[in-house]
Amino acid sequence: MQPFHYIRAASVEQAVAAAAQTQTAQQGAQIRYVAGGTTLLDLMKLDVETPARVIDINHLPLGEVEETADGGLKIGALVRNSDLANHPKVKAHYTVLSEALLSGASGQLRNMATTGGNLLQRTRCMYFRDTAMPCNKREPGSGCGAIGGANRMMAVLGTSEHCIATNPSDMNVAMTALEAKIVIHGPHGERQVPIEDFFLEPGDTPQRENVLKPGELITHAILPPPTRGVRSHYLKLRDRASYEFALASAAVVLGVDNGTVRHARVALGGVGTRPWRSHEAEKALLGQPADADHFHAAAEAALAGAKPYSQNGFKIELARRGLTKALSTAAAA
Amino acid sequence: MGKSPASYIGGDFSRIDGPLKCSGRAVYSSDFNFPGLLYAVPVCATIASGRITGMDTAKAERMPGVHVVYTRHNIGPLHRPGKGDGTIDEKRPPLSDDTIHYWGQYVALVVADTFEQATDAARHVKVSYQEDTPDVSTQLAAAEKPDVDTERGDPESAFASAPVKVDHTYRSPPETHNPIELHASVAVYDNGHFTLYETTQSTMNHRKVMAAMLGVPQEQVKIIMHYLGSGFGGKLWPWPHALLAAAAARNLERPIKLVVSRKMMFESVGHRTNTQQRMRLGASHDGKLLSLQQDYLWTRSREGDYKENCGEATGFLYSTPNLRVTAGYARRDVGYPTAMRGPGAVPGLYAVESAMDELAVALDMDPVQLRIKNEPKVDETNGHPFSSRHLVECLTTGAEKFGWDKRQAKVGSMRDGDTVLGWGVAACSWMAQRLPAQISVQLNADGSAHVASATQDIGTGTYTVIAQMVAQLTGIGLDRIEVKLGESTLPPGPLSGGSMVTGSMVPATDEATRAAISQLLHTATGSGGHFAGVSADQLTLSEGRVHRKDQAPDDGVPFGKILADARVDHVSGKGQSKGSGDDPKEKKLSIHSYGAHFVEIGWQPDIARLRVRRVVTVIDGGRVINTRTGRNQIEGAIVMGLGMAMLEDTEYDSRNGAPINSNLADYLVASHADTPEIDVTFLDYPDYALNALGARGIGEIGLAGFAAAVTSAVYHATGVRVRDLPVRIEDLLNAPEQSAA
Ligand SMILES: Cc1cc2nc3c(=O)[nH]c(=O)nc-3n(C[C@H](O)[C@H](O)[C@H](O)COP(=O)(O)OP(=O)(O)OC[C@H]3O[C@@H](n4cnc5c(N)ncnc54)[C@H](O)[C@@H]3O)c2cc1C
Ligand code: SF4
Repeated sequence: MQPFHYIRAASVEQAVAAAAQTQTAQQGAQIRYVAGGTTLLDLMKLDVETPARVIDINHLPLGEVEETADGGLKIGALVRNSDLANHPKVKAHYTVLSEALLSGASGQLRNMATTGGNLLQRTRCMYFRDTAMPCNKREPGSGCGAIGGANRMMAVLGTSEHCIATNPSDMNVAMTALEAKIVIHGPHGERQVPIEDFFLEPGDTPQRENVLKPGELITHAILPPPTRGVRSHYLKLRDRASYEFALASAAVVLGVDNGTVRHARVALGGVGTRPWRSHEAEKALLGQPADADHFHAAAEAALAGAKPYSQNGFKIELARRGLTKALSTAAAA
Repeated sequence: MGKSPASYIGGDFSRIDGPLKCSGRAVYSSDFNFPGLLYAVPVCATIASGRITGMDTAKAERMPGVHVVYTRHNIGPLHRPGKGDGTIDEKRPPLSDDTIHYWGQYVALVVADTFEQATDAARHVKVSYQEDTPDVSTQLAAAEKPDVDTERGDPESAFASAPVKVDHTYRSPPETHNPIELHASVAVYDNGHFTLYETTQSTMNHRKVMAAMLGVPQEQVKIIMHYLGSGFGGKLWPWPHALLAAAAARNLERPIKLVVSRKMMFESVGHRTNTQQRMRLGASHDGKLLSLQQDYLWTRSREGDYKENCGEATGFLYSTPNLRVTAGYARRDVGYPTAMRGPGAVPGLYAVESAMDELAVALDMDPVQLRIKNEPKVDETNGHPFSSRHLVECLTTGAEKFGWDKRQAKVGSMRDGDTVLGWGVAACSWMAQRLPAQISVQLNADGSAHVASATQDIGTGTYTVIAQMVAQLTGIGLDRIEVKLGESTLPPGPLSGGSMVTGSMVPATDEATRAAISQLLHTATGSGGHFAGVSADQLTLSEGRVHRKDQAPDDGVPFGKILADARVDHVSGKGQSKGSGDDPKEKKLSIHSYGAHFVEIGWQPDIARLRVRRVVTVIDGGRVINTRTGRNQIEGAIVMGLGMAMLEDTEYDSRNGAPINSNLADYLVASHADTPEIDVTFLDYPDYALNALGARGIGEIGLAGFAAAVTSAVYHATGVRVRDLPVRIEDLLNAPEQSAA
């Protein structure tokens, strides 16, 4: 860890002004916000993140979950993962989000981790986290350690020849299936970005993971009002029973009417370079009978473009099974 | 409060050091702090094979708080240990030359005022290398002709002509110990004398090795280790960081603290080496073993003579006229392997017991019956009788508790809803030996007792069982017995390894306590004593009171009062155990522990989820001195075995030789949620061959055989035989037994 300046921000404006001087909000940022710190401090200890300034945003008034005028939820960026998971409205109407949060990390981590921090947590790629290794995301142009190395945990969807790292978050997958919007405050005011447009595929710039520009602060995530008569579910598959990132996961929001699928939102985790919305799976479901064959077909469609690497080919079949099961669980619920 | 005799052995006693540990008052080695203490952080090699061609320390040296950067040019003299100078796996002293043997080898050491300063400066030491292509492959071929460990009959031709055969190769991966407490050294140097606070499982060996390698007489080195956050064998012998800390303390004449990082734990403090074992079993149609061959290979580092003794239990576990076990090694560019919980037998029995299970399948025979059928009458490696062997009873008791008679042999035929159940079984064994040990016992006028030995408690409960032994002989309550362990200046005690401490301490403690009691009784009968005129042999001590043998304890006098009234502060005795290897009687006995594991796994094909649901384990481990700490050892070993079977694997990147999953998020061990219901039974047959209490050790046996029971259960559920640990999701995705009926 290198020495850094610590700045405590008292307001959103002050935080944004203090961070605006960073040249990038992506890998290599000279200034970082810190919320729960469970990602940032780890990476600073590993010298993967080396900000000269760290702006503590924990005292900003972003800790509330509010109902929006249209019946959705506005979630403050500092709402802790545990609180969000156990919020009565989230449990009742956004089950998939509650389940996703509770499947992540450990109790202690969830008590620290925030909504904004979780959105921006970094990949768990082992080469990214070890400065002795080549990694295009950490050090553009140095090569990708994972492609020819240990890639069992890596992505099979949205990869490029430069980077195959997953977005490891569980919450993001649920938020994607819920079509959340991200509220961003920056030096030039506020903007809202649908979560599907928030994360970037690696392409040839894997150091850029999202659309955030210097100084931009996430203030909220907004969930649209719950769709009537839908059921949602998150299923996470991994080697051990807890405290492990997903090998494959599925978030589904499903509305079934008289045995026919009327509403379907599908996102996959653990297999994509970003939280992976599958319009293909949704298309395969809509208007079709809610039965095993069609769930299976949706899973086939979701993984159709998947590309295996030396150790992670099994993830394709694992994700198919996970999605099929998540759909049938949601349909049966 | 005294208790009636015999009640302190075999009961359920919580650890006497438990309150200290639960309240954070137990001082672990890295917790020691001293005025003027400096922090040392090593610089680790980022190649696995090659040479250092240059090193730039200038920038680091100028950084705030930095005192010095040590390299091979200024660390000062460190020596290789001579023969008889104790045990250490990595004999080459740290920073002794430019050659790199493994990824993470220490190449420099930064010393600074704070840990953070030293860490930052270590990052700024620039090292250049000439890198050779490392070889870290786990596909092994013997570097030289394998040794024959044990042999009888003509196994080759017996195998060739056997009507039923099994011939398979099993692999176990490199495993990293990963105790929660990091390895650490706090070194204090004063005028030629070292006081070293170490994370060690053997204060005495540590002293010997450190003295030899620092080049000073043993009397000038004192080792202290009061509490260990476990070691699993990784802390049996010293590692290079300890020498670096001591050398820096000597050079700077300042106390030095060096705590190894979790990442370094995968590189420079040992690991369980990977194995590759070909098993050939031949049997008659009715399941009699005709031939058993185990040809095992393991990985050594570039230097060193570590042996993973996979054949340890093979020779005597089953009866067969023809048998051969051979041992060969291959060298790789990896850190030094070392003993890990149940070294040898744990990977060895994974192979032996897997092969037995495969033989049972080939014979279409119940795997429990196959083992019972091949129960030997004597140890067939040498013809010696068994001191106490109840493997068959372990199997039958376990089978009954588990409900084995309800097992349907057909693969995939047992279900619980959509979950396919698999039932598996394996036997296990572990050696039982006694090491030389000394201890002193002191009875005090204030009614307390003080017991001291240089042996150590590595978290397993040694403080408690020693107190129990003294309580048993004196009737003094556990709360009045102070046990002092883990200092090399105390009466020399054994290393905490091989499950040998408890059994080793029994005779010494017995002798020391009796000697102290005899002093006490003489005080009582001395002139002016409470029992003046009575002959000492008419007296006894029970429930903490001295009384005539024909009286009840209540009619006697509290022992403290005897001493106080005689104006004696304390009486004491010393005791000594001999090593079992030195005893001609014991050398003619086969002394081992045995056990059987029964495992139920659940396989959910629709989501490719495999979990262990239920474990029944029966252990024949001699007399159990403390059922709580005893059961705790077996349960912990089973959880570790679950990790071995399904999760643990240190993965080396073949391109650069780095153990790449060197953290606890990527190196998976079992979590609480993975831990199933575990039912442990001790048969509790005392084995008096080793000591008067009939105790053997139980720290390791619970891990032996467990992985084979899991793979046996996995086969039973899925039809997939995994011969390359750990069992992974990808091994089972194409299982013939896919979706539920
Ligand atoms: C051992 C371990 C296991 C884990 N397991 C899982 C798991 O199974 N599933 C899972 O989903 N996650 C897991 N996590 C990740 C965990 O969920 C994240 O670390 C956590 O959500 C991050 O939140 P935080 O508030 O601590 O973020 P921080 O560490 O404070 O911040 C993370 C990043 O976001 C930036 N940031 C934070 N808030 C804002 C904001 N409002 N606006 C702009 N930028 C911001 C920071 O600058 C930083 O770059 C695990 C983490 C650990 C350490
Ligand atoms: S996959 Fe991406 S993060 Fe991992 S090494 Fe390659 S470039 Fe780096």
